[in-house]
Amino acid sequence: MMQQRKAVALISGGLDSLLAARVVMEQGVHVEGINFFTGFCVEGHTHAIRKKERTRPQRNNALWSAEQLGIKLHLVDIIDEYKDVVINPKHGYGANLNPCLDCKIFMVNKARAWIEANGFDFIITGEVIGQRPMSQRKDTMPVVARDSGAEDRLVRPLCARNLPPTLPEKEGWLDRDRLYAFNGRSRKPQMALAKQFGFEDYAQPAGGCCFLTDKQYSVKLSDLWSTRGKRDYDLDDIMLLKVGRHLRPRPNFKIIVGREEGENRFMEGYRKRFTHMISSSHTGPLVLLDGEDINRDDLALAARLTARFGQGRDAGLVTVEVHDKGVMQNMEVVPMPTEQIPADWYL
Amino acid sequence: MSSVFIDARNLLCPMPVIRTQDRVAGLQPGELVEVLCTDPGVVYDIPAWCRMRGHEVCNIEEQEYEITITIRVGDKG
Repeated sequence: MMQQRKAVALISGGLDSLLAARVVMEQGVHVEGINFFTGFCVEGHTHAIRKKERTRPQRNNALWSAEQLGIKLHLVDIIDEYKDVVINPKHGYGANLNPCLDCKIFMVNKARAWIEANGFDFIITGEVIGQRPMSQRKDTMPVVARDSGAEDRLVRPLCARNLPPTLPEKEGWLDRDRLYAFNGRSRKPQMALAKQFGFEDYAQPAGGCCFLTDKQYSVKLSDLWSTRGKRDYDLDDIMLLKVGRHLRPRPNFKIIVGREEGENRFMEGYRKRFTHMISSSHTGPLVLLDGEDINRDDLALAARLTARFGQGRDAGLVTVEVHDKGVMQNMEVVPMPTEQIPADWYL
Repeated sequence: MSSVFIDARNLLCPMPVIRTQDRVAGLQPGELVEVLCTDPGVVYDIPAWCRMRGHEVCNIEEQEYEITITIRVGDKG
């Protein structure tokens, strides 16, 4: 009896990786999934925080995909290692701070190390030639295989017939004729294949699955790097960039204003780390101050902005509870009129 | 039997699942794990992960802002 081959599929939670894994499973290969958490994954985060998003399923789509496939999923925290990919991408950024090609190389390389450590034979990705402008082009596909070290152990089942045969095809572990030749940005072939396999209710994230492809998010990350004078971050930094309104009224500090109850509650977890304030005379948001050398004048300005974003915005005076360096004080302030807030304060 | 406690408050999914996965990897079948979370997504994700790995969700207790999920470690890993 022929030995059952084993493959690990990079499962993002989207349709392509779901289909790619299933196509290989159809050929009798034992497949397990792996999902890398970078900290920038759109998955779950703001969806879980913001109340207005509650009508959407809060499920983790990678877990959902694995359940649909009936496979084991390995979730891997790569937050720290991934920093170098974001900060020093060898192949540069896409339209925003998205290092898509370096990201794909990094993840396939991690998967290569994983299959070597776990006795698996090859790697599956849901890549399709022409699907993404940076990482999924005919000329970059070989770069991913080469620079990741996966070489011909990397199989893209959805577009394999547009690429040279891989080791599993050459060895007869996979029948090339039962792989696909998808090409381009159209989603119709994938949707037809999903229907054929009986997959419904799969995730179709608009704008991709990574916050780094988002223009506004990239602006906030650039601001964080430039004001701190170094290109670095920790998990809390990148989480907070996903939450609230961010305004930088002065170079030495910015404020993060909760937009609704869910965000305020999430931000409460950061009260010990940041100077923070909230209106006590009127209902209003929690506001965090992120910066250095924050003086009394800065606090007064932030308090006026805090008052502006609360129910007391039209009141003559608003009392704002200010928590700074372990001391609480009340400030009576005039809410800043909307028209006096320069547009370029908003990040 | 005493249970293992994981504080996953203020972590957003999938981090509570990853913390649980990594902690459970070193435990024996039958051991109990309590995961304290604030992300409402865990009531979907941790049970999904348990089904996949053969662990049992014994209890989900939701208070105002906190959710405690109790798991019994299965033998499939």
